[in-house]
Amino acid sequence: MELTLWTYEGPPHVGAIRIAASMRDVHLVLHAPQGDTYADLLFTMIEREGRRPPVTWTTFQARDLGSSTAEMVIETLQGVCERYQPKVLLVAESCTGELLQDQPGALARGAGLSAPVIPIEMAAYTRKENWGASETLYQLVRGLLGGKARAADEEGEVTTAERKPSVNLIGPTKLGFRCRDDVIEVRRLLERMGVEVNVVAPLGATPHDLLRLPEADANVNLAPEIADLTCDWLKRQFKQPTINTVPLGWGATRDFIAEVAEVLNLEIDPDMVGESRLPWYSRSVDSTYLTGKRVFVFADGTHAIAAARMARDEMGFEVVGLGTYSRERARDVRALAAEYGLEALITDDYLAVERAVTDLQPELVLGTQMERHIAKRLGIPCAVISTPAHVQDYPARYSPQMGFEGCNVIFDTWVHPLIMGLEEHLLTMFRDDFEFNDAAVPSHLGGEGAGAQQPDNVAPMTPMAPGTVAWAVSAEKELRKIPFFVRGKARRNTENFALEQGLTVIDVETLYEAKAHFSR
Amino acid sequence: MSQVIARAATGEVPDVRTERGERAVFCGLTSIIWLHRRIQDAFFLVVGSRTCAHLLQSAAGVMIFAEPRFATAILGERDLAGMADCHEELDRVVAELLARRPDIRRLFLVGSCPSEVIKLDLANAAARLQGVHDNRLRISAFSGSGIETTFTQGEDQCLASMVPDLPELEAGSQRLMVVGTLADIVEEQFRRHFAQLGIEHVDFFPAARADDLPPVGSGTRLLLAQPFVSDTVQALCKRGAKVIPSLYPLGVQGTLAWFQAAAAEWGLAAESVSEALAIPVARAQKAVARVRENLKDRTIHFLPDSQLEIPLARFLRDECGMSLLEVATPYLDQALMAPEMLQLGGGVKVVEGSDLDSALARVRGSRPDLTVCGMGIANPLEAEGLRTKWSIELIFTPVQGFDQVADLAGLFARPLARERQLEVGSWS
Repeated sequence: MELTLWTYEGPPHVGAIRIAASMRDVHLVLHAPQGDTYADLLFTMIEREGRRPPVTWTTFQARDLGSSTAEMVIETLQGVCERYQPKVLLVAESCTGELLQDQPGALARGAGLSAPVIPIEMAAYTRKENWGASETLYQLVRGLLGGKARAADEEGEVTTAERKPSVNLIGPTKLGFRCRDDVIEVRRLLERMGVEVNVVAPLGATPHDLLRLPEADANVNLAPEIADLTCDWLKRQFKQPTINTVPLGWGATRDFIAEVAEVLNLEIDPDMVGESRLPWYSRSVDSTYLTGKRVFVFADGTHAIAAARMARDEMGFEVVGLGTYSRERARDVRALAAEYGLEALITDDYLAVERAVTDLQPELVLGTQMERHIAKRLGIPCAVISTPAHVQDYPARYSPQMGFEGCNVIFDTWVHPLIMGLEEHLLTMFRDDFEFNDAAVPSHLGGEGAGAQQPDNVAPMTPMAPGTVAWAVSAEKELRKIPFFVRGKARRNTENFALEQGLTVIDVETLYEAKAHFSR
Repeated sequence: MSQVIARAATGEVPDVRTERGERAVFCGLTSIIWLHRRIQDAFFLVVGSRTCAHLLQSAAGVMIFAEPRFATAILGERDLAGMADCHEELDRVVAELLARRPDIRRLFLVGSCPSEVIKLDLANAAARLQGVHDNRLRISAFSGSGIETTFTQGEDQCLASMVPDLPELEAGSQRLMVVGTLADIVEEQFRRHFAQLGIEHVDFFPAARADDLPPVGSGTRLLLAQPFVSDTVQALCKRGAKVIPSLYPLGVQGTLAWFQAAAAEWGLAAESVSEALAIPVARAQKAVARVRENLKDRTIHFLPDSQLEIPLARFLRDECGMSLLEVATPYLDQALMAPEMLQLGGGVKVVEGSDLDSALARVRGSRPDLTVCGMGIANPLEAEGLRTKWSIELIFTPVQGFDQVADLAGLFARPLARERQLEVGSWS
């Protein structure tokens, strides 16, 4: 039993719904009690889907238990086949359904249904959403292609002279982070390389499209949390190599181009494929103020890894914390963190993340919707880089994260919550101006981010250790002369310094001693 | 100024048809979202699965509260396989929780689908934990599971679980108890109205503080603010309370009838009530008249969801001039809904229960001007060119009482007004 306030991932059957909702001509029947249908609203409200996810629920109640839940499964399956005529029927259970042991998969197979059935075991009490998505995609692809070997083996070697090289894009889903736009951006990249996209799966694919997966020369793994299993299987079954670089960031996009070229045996100059404004924006003088900004990164594995690299190598930040809730990617994130001289935070405990942010007092948080809340409460600027995300992270505008345009989008997204270079100087210059005071939020920040005040009615979640150091009035006054966006850090550093030195009162001298101690 | 059309009850009730099939409704756990705002020193600990935790954060608008006063104790495989003793685990989790939140005065252990299927006895656990933490807070248990409860029924179960804790009302005294969660602002208005009528001893259940437990006994008269409190009413009646049958306080007509019903019990004539409440009544009528223009003669279909469908339908027809195509409700408590059913009268199609796909087929067939439905369905219907009102807003918004009548009508008028205003393509 585990005490949970918020969860980074939903249960595994929500992952199964994401796969079904991403596709066409697929229907999912879930054996689940009344109430589990709330999951529909994730798609229709958060992602503003104009169609209901293709899911039908048995919605059993107490009166059905013990007698008719198995019959309900069969009735539901038959009704779905009649009404929706799916090309493939997925059958799974939610956590409560699993406890009933009705075996809906076996029931479906024995029910003489008009559609082919693929049952999926969800393991609701040990697994989570991304695992559920991964497993569903894998079972679906395997179920459809399991009997087939590589087409080339059957038909003899196809002449490749006239055929353009092609790849599949595996992994983009509904409710993924910016998947809609990332697919467009990656397609553009590949087009400029002369590479065709054979199938995108699951987003927008039909079961018929999945049958064409083996026709491509390679698979691009765009979402390792969801696509690893499927890409590995395709590699084993059809000898299709996997392109593993996720083009998130400028360097990663160029690595991606290089990997595609290598795998497909193409001569390609990355400079000819496209360019981003990020390198120049990052080198322009206004960005000098970004140097060494302390950044905390927490996301799914893929986005955390990409964000850390971008933060350090492409924005000039200092990564002071790195973590993920994706246990599947724990090893990769740990390795990267070690490279950055950090210990990775691998957890799905929201409170542990909050403690880490509170302790580190970063100047920018790159995280999920949850870290956005943590940062807001602590008055730290934040940008959302990964799921779980809220409705505003499914924007109307074209807003990819991948490829060269993704670099532009990310540069803006990360810089926006910060106080910009010129503005930083003006703030210092005018800090005693009666119209311009610490309580005034910078003009471009709409009431949140830097300078946002902690609401009075919200008590801090982690009770602060009772301070054993007191501030002299003069030092407190001096502290107020320090720009507010670094004041929190200055206060903390000074207190730590005083504690280390065994001081009980901080005076002006201590403040400057500490400043000297911590100056880089 | 248009007057409320006081439609006389004919003695007939609507035809009720029962449907069985897929149900697109929340489970009772969703009630925690407004209950934890209402009872400000209570904490709700759901004993369930990751699905329960995910539901709560999704239904709560995805994490709108910094630290909510609800959480989930997620059952793991060790708990299910009997490798861990669920009760020991629960004791540990509760201790952890209470250490973090010393401000909590009442803890609810909330049962879920998985905890009920594995027959985890939370009532027993609550009694045991009460013994451990006796001096600090009260602990009780109720079920919010989807197999036992539909959406607003979670509140009913919560309130019913508190009934044994209510103190005994002194014999010979008479008190009014308003049952069902109301927004603070509505409670304040109602208290003023009761004072104007000269009804002095009024309690609201639940109250804003967990320790404010209203007394109950044979002198208690129950006036229901919400229609989904069946089990609570039953438990209160067992302790001697009596229900004052009435319409629900939605709309001018409903609110006036509600106060008249209470006043009659206190020996006051209906006319004196109309006189005492003349000012808010006139104000409400004037306000709703403006909104009425947007709703008059428009058709409406209620999909089953919040349990408020029948009184809302009565209000929208009688005071806003809407035409009712179908009024579906998750379940029908004949006793608590009797005055409303009588007011609704014959010729109205009422459906109890749900078969989602066939209900949607009827909506597509009749293409109502407005469909009231859950959040999972609203945008898909909008995409088909149908206007909708998502019903959870009707629970989260203060809609009861005279001064909220225009707001209530406005919730239904806004989608229609928006349709007229927008010049950007079409929904379909």
